[in-house]
Amino acid sequence: MSALTLAARDSSTMVRRQLKRLIRYPSMTVQLIITPVILLLLFVYVFGGTLGNGLGGGRHVYVNYVVPGILLMAAATAATGTAVMVATDMTEGIIARFRTMRISRASVLTGHVVGSVIQQLLGMAVLVGIALAIGFRPNATFVEWLAAIGMLTLFVVAITWLAVALGLKSSSPEAASNAPMPLVVLPFLGSGFVPTDSMPTAIRWFAEYQPFTPIMETVRGLLLGTPIGHNAAIATAWCAGIAAVSYLWARNTFNKA
Amino acid sequence: MTNLAIEANGLRKSYRHKDGDKVVLDGIDLAVPEGTIFSLLGPNGAGKTTTVQILSTLLRADDGQVRVAGYDLHRQPDDVRGAIGVTGQYSAVDKLLTGEENLLLMADLKHLPKSEGRRKAKELLERFDLVDAAGRPASTYSGGMQRRLDLAMTLVGDPRLIFLDEPTTGLDPRSRRSMWGIVRDLVADGVTIFLTTQYLEEADELADRIALLDHGRLIAEGTADELKRLIPGGHIELTFTDTHLLESADRLVEAGVADPEALTLQVPSDGSVRAIRELLALLDEHAIDVAEMRVHTPDLDDVFLTLTGQQKETIR
Repeated sequence: MSALTLAARDSSTMVRRQLKRLIRYPSMTVQLIITPVILLLLFVYVFGGTLGNGLGGGRHVYVNYVVPGILLMAAATAATGTAVMVATDMTEGIIARFRTMRISRASVLTGHVVGSVIQQLLGMAVLVGIALAIGFRPNATFVEWLAAIGMLTLFVVAITWLAVALGLKSSSPEAASNAPMPLVVLPFLGSGFVPTDSMPTAIRWFAEYQPFTPIMETVRGLLLGTPIGHNAAIATAWCAGIAAVSYLWARNTFNKA
Repeated sequence: MTNLAIEANGLRKSYRHKDGDKVVLDGIDLAVPEGTIFSLLGPNGAGKTTTVQILSTLLRADDGQVRVAGYDLHRQPDDVRGAIGVTGQYSAVDKLLTGEENLLLMADLKHLPKSEGRRKAKELLERFDLVDAAGRPASTYSGGMQRRLDLAMTLVGDPRLIFLDEPTTGLDPRSRRSMWGIVRDLVADGVTIFLTTQYLEEADELADRIALLDHGRLIAEGTADELKRLIPGGHIELTFTDTHLLESADRLVEAGVADPEALTLQVPSDGSVRAIRELLALLDEHAIDVAEMRVHTPDLDDVFLTLTGQQKETIR
């Protein structure tokens, strides 16, 4: 068997390990699904009337506006869980055992990433289902849906590799739970919950150039038909860049330890 | 000539500290023949775990030539990994997985065919008395069971060389005995074992050769008997009721050392039944009555304490 097939085989073994662990320990997954659902309900039913008026519609307009932001926020919250899980795993003796075996080293990390991505996409599916039930009305075609799912998957892969790197860099699981915190705030400091043109200049400048905004605008455009412009290309570039840098960072950190 | 499973020359490792470097291993030489149990014995902090971590590719040495299982440790770490198994001091099982899943995970990572992996897992569960617990998550296992599962996982893929880093630390005496039995069976199959321990009894029971490690240096190496011979101490102590008897005995037994104050005579001896019987028979022939007799045989404790100059409390 070539090195590449062996790496693929080890990775799939590690993915199976991770999925079994997620099933054995479902409280994390449940929490990661419930938190964004509560946020969605909060933003639609508590703030949604007023915020929707600002968009020139009302609650039903705001549901459509806020869903992409909540989706990214869900992924950012899940990243915290991934970082904690990776940091916890590193404290376990089993990782030392893996390091003394003739296996592809990155497979340990790939297992975490693929497991988390599956977990997050499931969470997003639940979130979209609930959003549809409370009035989310996308007008996307099948192809646009596929493109939106592709964009979100790319984003989730990028943010998960970043979370893995942050988890590996953390000295303890507690420290790992704080590291991805800024990611949770980024949807707010972008076009996730209100349009950026209502913000003061300095924040607006940040909001328009930070990576979450073009991603949210792309998803919003694909699902609801708002203009996308250059956002799709910028979003893809951000995700690919974050994924690549984080992958290398995570791999080096893991090999060095 | 026997092949060496481990061959190390001038192994060095130090860690950077804020107040200068701390030397953990200060030039270690090792030669472990295939199919034997080699024990590295030393107190906490002597450098035992660091040695295992270097030999098992977890840590890089600062200096030294090392060959493990016939491969150069620095140039062919992956080949070394393919030949060894490691059971560390801290349990290396996935606690969220069941015992059986842990073993199957190892089989997959060793790239065994599915059916072969299942057969091996079943065999190891039986051998390590874990059949009833096979379907439970490892987090529910007792300390002894986790250690057995840990070793069973190491054995998947039949490594030729196994590192056991303090395999019985923290185990109750019964689990320790059962672990010893398992280790002996492994060697009977031709496997080489590199064992670290802080228990002198354990090294004495199991090891073909023992090396004493103290402050990053090997201070002695040999079989348990060779080490015991390194220090004086084996003797029979006879106590007599009066000076006259003591003097007669002293004249009769050439190598004896008399202590007229305590009325005792120390006779160097290996303490065997035969030596005792011969000594008593000799005294009996000459009608010399012995009031009391005490046999002192040196153990590894004596060797260790003499060579390290340590207080008995610091080692177990």
